[in-house]
Amino acid sequence: MLSAEYARAIDDDRLEDWPEFFLDPCLYKITSADNYRRGLEAGLVYADSKGMLQDRVAALREANIYERQAYRHLVGLPAILGEADGVVHAETPFLVVRIMRDGIMDLFATGRYVDALVHEGGSLRFRERIVVCDSHRVDTLLAIPL
Amino acid sequence: MTESDRRHDWPGATLARVPYWVYQDEANYQAELRRIFEGPVWNYVCLESDLERPGDYRTTFVGEMPVIVVRGEDRAVHAFENRCAHRGALIALDDCGTAKHFQCVYHAWSYDLQGNLIGVAFEKGAHGRGGMPESFCKAEHGPRKLRTAILCGLVFASLSADAPPIEQYLGAEVQGRIARVLRKPVRVLGRFTQALPNNWKLYVENVKDTYHASLLHAFFGTFRITRLTQGGGVLVSPDGGHHASYTIDRPDDALSTEYREQGLRSENQGYRLADPSLLDSVDEFGDGIQLQILTVFPNFVLQQIQNCLAVRQIVPKGPRAMELHWTYLGFADDTAEMRRRRLKQANLVGPAGYVSMEDGCVGGFVQRGAAAASTEVSVVNMGGDGAESQETRATEASVRGFWKAYRRYMGQ
Repeated sequence: MLSAEYARAIDDDRLEDWPEFFLDPCLYKITSADNYRRGLEAGLVYADSKGMLQDRVAALREANIYERQAYRHLVGLPAILGEADGVVHAETPFLVVRIMRDGIMDLFATGRYVDALVHEGGSLRFRERIVVCDSHRVDTLLAIPL
Repeated sequence: MTESDRRHDWPGATLARVPYWVYQDEANYQAELRRIFEGPVWNYVCLESDLERPGDYRTTFVGEMPVIVVRGEDRAVHAFENRCAHRGALIALDDCGTAKHFQCVYHAWSYDLQGNLIGVAFEKGAHGRGGMPESFCKAEHGPRKLRTAILCGLVFASLSADAPPIEQYLGAEVQGRIARVLRKPVRVLGRFTQALPNNWKLYVENVKDTYHASLLHAFFGTFRITRLTQGGGVLVSPDGGHHASYTIDRPDDALSTEYREQGLRSENQGYRLADPSLLDSVDEFGDGIQLQILTVFPNFVLQQIQNCLAVRQIVPKGPRAMELHWTYLGFADDTAEMRRRRLKQANLVGPAGYVSMEDGCVGGFVQRGAAAASTEVSVVNMGGDGAESQETRATEASVRGFWKAYRRYMGQ
């Protein structure tokens, strides 16, 4: 199932596979529930093309400095909200634990994926994945995508 | 000299040496709260646009003091401690809201929008029994009030009658640099909080540090957003506490080889963006300054990175932790295209920022690197040992400026 494969790609450090879950153009945004509810559009990550997703991965691999860390996603069951014009709307809750190189584990993020999915080329892909984090608080930094 | 003497010792009057105990010591931290945050300074508390109508309020912190900032019926902005005069509970319990007056949930004592105690439940008792003594006078009780000052849509607050008027506090140069950016009404695009595992001063130093920008941040160096080889410099306010660094591109910088010659990681020649549209910018301020980072002592940052604008509020949480409250901004009259440009450029900043991400972790690296170094000192000698404005960013003058102001407030 799509969300399980998506989470697995990130958690297994196959970040190069991550952009392939999206159409082009697309929208991948990480924001907070407060901002989402109030219609404030900024995201911690705001990518509206597959190229921008690839650039996120390249930056993590080649440019950015951050301490070695990994995620473990726990993804809940998707709630299918409806389908219109070939676009499936769904919401899927998630938890992400972050494991630092010293072994310390933290509940790093919780929230829901607000998705618009389209069948294309024989598979389901994200036209939009808005990561609505329940909290507006991030500990230290957010390097790996959620 | 004993071990504990060294732990509170400054190595002389030089600004170019900072002892590590200042980032660790609890007693010193408590003194900072009293002498700086609660002292004769101006603390950024919120945007004026957060308080549109009478009764609109926001809650925030001045140091560790919880405060309410509220638009009064008189349309003035008032600020007072968020502490009930009765038993000390928080009066307002949410981030923001609108109120005709404030009522403490605990015993229903009420306050007007200026923080005056106006009501005490059962002040006269019930059925002729109990109640407050005759001598109790509401006007003599109330949470501490703060002075407020509004400049370019920013609200500042001070607990001290000795803080000079805000214009004098900032000085003409820094005030001018704020006005350069915040020249028309703003619109909030989003808010985030970043929890950092380091002393608040390590973050302030990082923001003021023009030397590190294109060395730590490969994004800056590689994509030539700011490089030490470009034009511009750093303004430091006369007392050292405030600063504005600015970058102006030079036509010949595209040909410069100084980063490559020094083998610096941060110029990565092979690194290209698949979608470089986030670097599309327009010179909206009309002066060629593509980057300006400005600080107001002790807790405020105004950022202009091309068209990406934000304010950042530093909130100390003990000697080893802090929060950074981000407010991403645009202007109220932005076109949809400009707003989208800002949203995309915001990938550079914030907790996940291509640039700011690293500023999130580097403070923690220092806090941890200095864990056993309370009697050691750090070296701040780039650009000499003064704290004056310079026409280069290959300097730590603005960092030394921070310490000049800090030691004056702290009497150290």
